[in-house]
Amino acid sequence: MMRRSAYASKKTGQPNSTNPISCSPSDIFRTASSKASSKEMERIDNLFYSFANRSSGMIDPEGIETLCSDMEVDHTDVRILMLAWKMKAEKQGYFTLEEWRRGLKALRVDTVSKLRKALTELEKEVRRPSNFVDFYSYSFCYCLTEEKQKSIDIESICQLLDLVLGSQFRAQVDYFIEYLKIQSDYKVINLDQWMGFFRFCNEISFPDLSNYDPDLAWPLVLDNFVEWMQAKQS
Amino acid sequence: MENKAIGLDKGWDYMQKGITKLKRILEGLPEPPFTSEEYMMLYTTIYNMCTQKPPHDHSQQLYDKYREAFEEYISSTVLPSLREKHDEFMLRELAKRWANHKVMVRWLSRFFHYLDRYFIARRSLPTLNEVGLTCFRDLVYQEVHAKVKDAVITLIDRALLKNVLDIFVEIGMGKMDRYEDDFEADMLQDTGAYYSRKASSWIEEDSCPDYMLKSEECLKKERDRVSHYLHSSSETKLSEKVQNELLVAYANRLLEKEHSGCRPLLRDDKVEDLSRMYRLYCKIPQGLDPVANIFKPHITAEGTALVQQAEDATSNQASSAPGVQEQVLIRRTIELHDKYMAYVTDCFQNHTLFHKALKEAFEVFCNKTVTGNSSAELLATFCDNILKKGGSEKLSDEVIEETLEKVVKLLAYISDKDLFAEFYRKKLPRRLLFDRSANDDHKRSILTKLKQQCGGQFTSKMEGMVTDLTLARENQANYEDYLRSNSAAHPGIDLTVTVLTTGFWPSYKSFDLNLPAEMVKCVEVFKGFYETKTKHRKLTWIYSLGTCHINGKFEQKIIELIVSTYQAAVLLLFNASDRLSYSEIMAHLNLTHDDLLRLLHSLSCAKYKILSKEPNTKTISHGDYFEFNSKFTDKLRRIKVPLPPVDERKKVVEDVDKDRRYAIDAALVRIMKSRKVLGHQQLVSECVEQLSRMFKPDIKAIKKRMEDLITRDYLERDKENQNMFRYLA
Repeated sequence: MMRRSAYASKKTGQPNSTNPISCSPSDIFRTASSKASSKEMERIDNLFYSFANRSSGMIDPEGIETLCSDMEVDHTDVRILMLAWKMKAEKQGYFTLEEWRRGLKALRVDTVSKLRKALTELEKEVRRPSNFVDFYSYSFCYCLTEEKQKSIDIESICQLLDLVLGSQFRAQVDYFIEYLKIQSDYKVINLDQWMGFFRFCNEISFPDLSNYDPDLAWPLVLDNFVEWMQAKQS
Repeated sequence: MENKAIGLDKGWDYMQKGITKLKRILEGLPEPPFTSEEYMMLYTTIYNMCTQKPPHDHSQQLYDKYREAFEEYISSTVLPSLREKHDEFMLRELAKRWANHKVMVRWLSRFFHYLDRYFIARRSLPTLNEVGLTCFRDLVYQEVHAKVKDAVITLIDRALLKNVLDIFVEIGMGKMDRYEDDFEADMLQDTGAYYSRKASSWIEEDSCPDYMLKSEECLKKERDRVSHYLHSSSETKLSEKVQNELLVAYANRLLEKEHSGCRPLLRDDKVEDLSRMYRLYCKIPQGLDPVANIFKPHITAEGTALVQQAEDATSNQASSAPGVQEQVLIRRTIELHDKYMAYVTDCFQNHTLFHKALKEAFEVFCNKTVTGNSSAELLATFCDNILKKGGSEKLSDEVIEETLEKVVKLLAYISDKDLFAEFYRKKLPRRLLFDRSANDDHKRSILTKLKQQCGGQFTSKMEGMVTDLTLARENQANYEDYLRSNSAAHPGIDLTVTVLTTGFWPSYKSFDLNLPAEMVKCVEVFKGFYETKTKHRKLTWIYSLGTCHINGKFEQKIIELIVSTYQAAVLLLFNASDRLSYSEIMAHLNLTHDDLLRLLHSLSCAKYKILSKEPNTKTISHGDYFEFNSKFTDKLRRIKVPLPPVDERKKVVEDVDKDRRYAIDAALVRIMKSRKVLGHQQLVSECVEQLSRMFKPDIKAIKKRMEDLITRDYLERDKENQNMFRYLA
């Protein structure tokens, strides 16, 4: 589950004390870079405020849409979700100043055009196996809008699956979505089942499903899915 | 005796005379036996020669000469006599020579006894006895034992054999190795070959029972051999050999014989042959496994055939009353069980292997569904029928008791025991409430039996129900007293009330039926009475279980109608109106469509048409009109107008499923709480085991409950190993 990680702001600049006596080239460099970094921070903040809602002090869904159209990216594009991940954004559809700063600093961008270019790199980064699991689980939690909500309805899950895994595991996603829509055992999917599906895509050979063992601890919905697939295939 | 020392030669000469005399006696030549004087002299000669002072102490030489005496005799006389004879004659001669030799050893060692006492003891040399026997062994036995063995194996004369075989034993001088190596090994091999030959021809020609008879005889014969002339240590080895050749080697062929093997024997109830089979194979390790492996599928097949019969019969005869075939099935299953249990106890001597086979076989077919009903339900219905007043046959008390016991035994094989409990629990109230005269003792006894089988939890509610009734009778008596003392309060109608404790009885829907005015008064009066007894209880009236006796004044005659309370409520409406529509009746009574349809159907479209319906169709529709059918009559003065009960099966199954979900949850939490971390498969199998007393949980159901527990934060999946789960406190 997503926790609000206290993101201690790392000081990228060095302590400002510049002792004239021991001033070395590295000190000069540091000073310059810290000046530059504070300038960057200013630009990032300004960019934030250009999209943020005046009264709430956050970028709201409208603001995000504006940002997306400025970047010429569709707001349902998976890269926006990836951006949210990079920011460790907590609430779907909203970015706080802190989250904005976090994301843009990490990407080292401070303008819209730079941000747009950075999205390609970001996608590569997210798709690295070491990061993808984290992104995958983040995307589920990001969609939990109500306070005590633990599961997501089937309709939304189907959309999310397509968005997040569609490019990587097209066949599995298509079949699974088909199954989810026609089955009636489950009205919602929880995080355990969500993660289970990712494991499924990675470990089980598809579409023959030859190495699937229902006696192991796979979530029941996947057992049923496999049965359905096998019935279809015979 | 002279004091002069005896010279060796002289002394020996004297001894030699004695030895020669002995030999002659042994040879059977005419020779008077030794007198005690002669004996004394011989002994003393040795004594003297040994006690003389050196160099006249001839102990060593005497010791050597002792041996030489044997050697000489053996080489000159014994061996030649043996060599010239063969077979049985040789054996006879050998026996004689051995006996003689033993005598010779005995006598000579007596003569030379003094050597034993001092010379031999001091020098730790072999005793005289040993020396004597060793001579025979080294000279005679070594040479002849092979021939002897061959002769023995082919021989028939037992007494002689025994004597000869004793040689093998005794020559070992305390150890059995001579007997085992030189004789027994070959004997066993030979016996094996003999029986192997016999077996290979018998298995072709003989039927299984005949073959078994012959095997039994052979084993007996071999045992006799042992007791008559073989050494007892051979018995087990011999039996094993024979069993091996006759029974183990051909086990499969024997048991699988098409017309006479194990299966046909079971089919034809050949009890004796089966007992023999058991006797023969029980001594062989794992010998009974193949028999049990035929026993089990045989029972399973017969049981499954019964189930199939019932299925076919029900689908073919649409006219037979529903449930009849199923009841027949249960009865036949009980009979099957009795039959094969008898086999297990009698033929198979109560061996656990066969108990297990019986149990597993029954578990297979007892859990098959028949015509859509689970066996648990059928069993519950069967019990119900037995216990109902009258039931399907009038049975005596003992028979009822016995049958109930057998039913409970069958219950052990059914995996959905909780389903049986639920069905039984649903049928019990009806029986209890409507069949007052049925035997109380039976009710109690079956509950005791069920309690023993399945635990107290199973039967606690049922026991509660039975107790309630006893209390209700008392209560009714008190109510009647109350009425007598407050005659003004009497409602005008006789009312009998049974008060039930909610927790024990199945939940009944109680509708807000608009009671006829007459009945309302009754209810009020009873409430008044009840409040005098206890203030803290709330009464909820279940009209669906009530019965009413109503007099119908028809044109021809007055007929007493026994109907349910609901039906009575409908009928009483017609006291005030001649003709009522469906919707009017509905409005008056405040019932649901489903219930009203059933009610009106039972009064106007079934066997007794108390009400006439317009239009006169077979089914009730919302636009129908009803009138009191004054023309109705029947030859009886009192009739029961039945109201078919709602099919509860679905509800029962639903209730059981719900209870099972809770049970699985509880089991899972219990297990995880104590283990903290557990692998998936282990968790599942422990859960199944814990619940097995009541039902066999579906693996999918367990998985679903686990998912639910994960969502409710009782469990979590381990991060590293997705097949492990952790308990979250």
